[in-house]
Amino acid sequence: MNNNVKISIQTQDYNLAHEVALLEQNNDIDGAVVTFTGRVRNKNEGLHVSGLFLEHYAGMTEKSLEKIIFQAQERWQIGRVSVIHRIGQLAIGEQIVFVGVTSMHRQDAFAAAEFIMDFLKVQAPFWKKELTEKGEKWLDAKQTDNQQAQQWNN
Amino acid sequence: MIKIVFFAALREQLNCAELSIPANEVSSIADIKTKLADKNEHWQQVFSNGALLCALNHDMVQADAEVKSGDEVAFFPPVTGG
Repeated sequence: MNNNVKISIQTQDYNLAHEVALLEQNNDIDGAVVTFTGRVRNKNEGLHVSGLFLEHYAGMTEKSLEKIIFQAQERWQIGRVSVIHRIGQLAIGEQIVFVGVTSMHRQDAFAAAEFIMDFLKVQAPFWKKELTEKGEKWLDAKQTDNQQAQQWNN
Repeated sequence: MIKIVFFAALREQLNCAELSIPANEVSSIADIKTKLADKNEHWQQVFSNGALLCALNHDMVQADAEVKSGDEVAFFPPVTGG
């Protein structure tokens, strides 16, 4: 990993403006900055959700994100990449995940950000437990997420 | 020894976060799975779940991957982050 890549797994929240500033600081060659923020929804599969608990596999998480980012760097002309994922207890509306990518032109940043999110969803070892009106429940992986990631191989 | 770790729903089902297996008793991930499933009926049932994923030293692997002393092997359900 080099100075152009930031990976952080953290319990605390992040500040979107600060993260964008880090991507832009001393970076005059990139004209495009694409960011994605994932948040905790109040409903899933018809049930009201009151919060989430996020677990991960320390060590493997960082390694798998490094690999995904490396693949994106091989595939597109991108400048800086930042991935933040929160763990622990999260309430409705809280930020869960941040992906930020810079590039000279927008197409590469858009594509790389989507690629990183799609593979984070199916390869990075995170697990969500939902707190719903009917109790706690570990989320099942979605087949559509696999299909979404698979599309990049076509 | 080989360190085995479990995560998320799997850890809760087994009521076990980690254990160790002597390296001379197994040579592959498939061997480890068989050995764990042989513990008792409950473990047998839990490990019959074909969707379980496996990592060897923090890399995803298939059941035919070979293991040696000092390795860390993880079993977990399909991931649901993001």
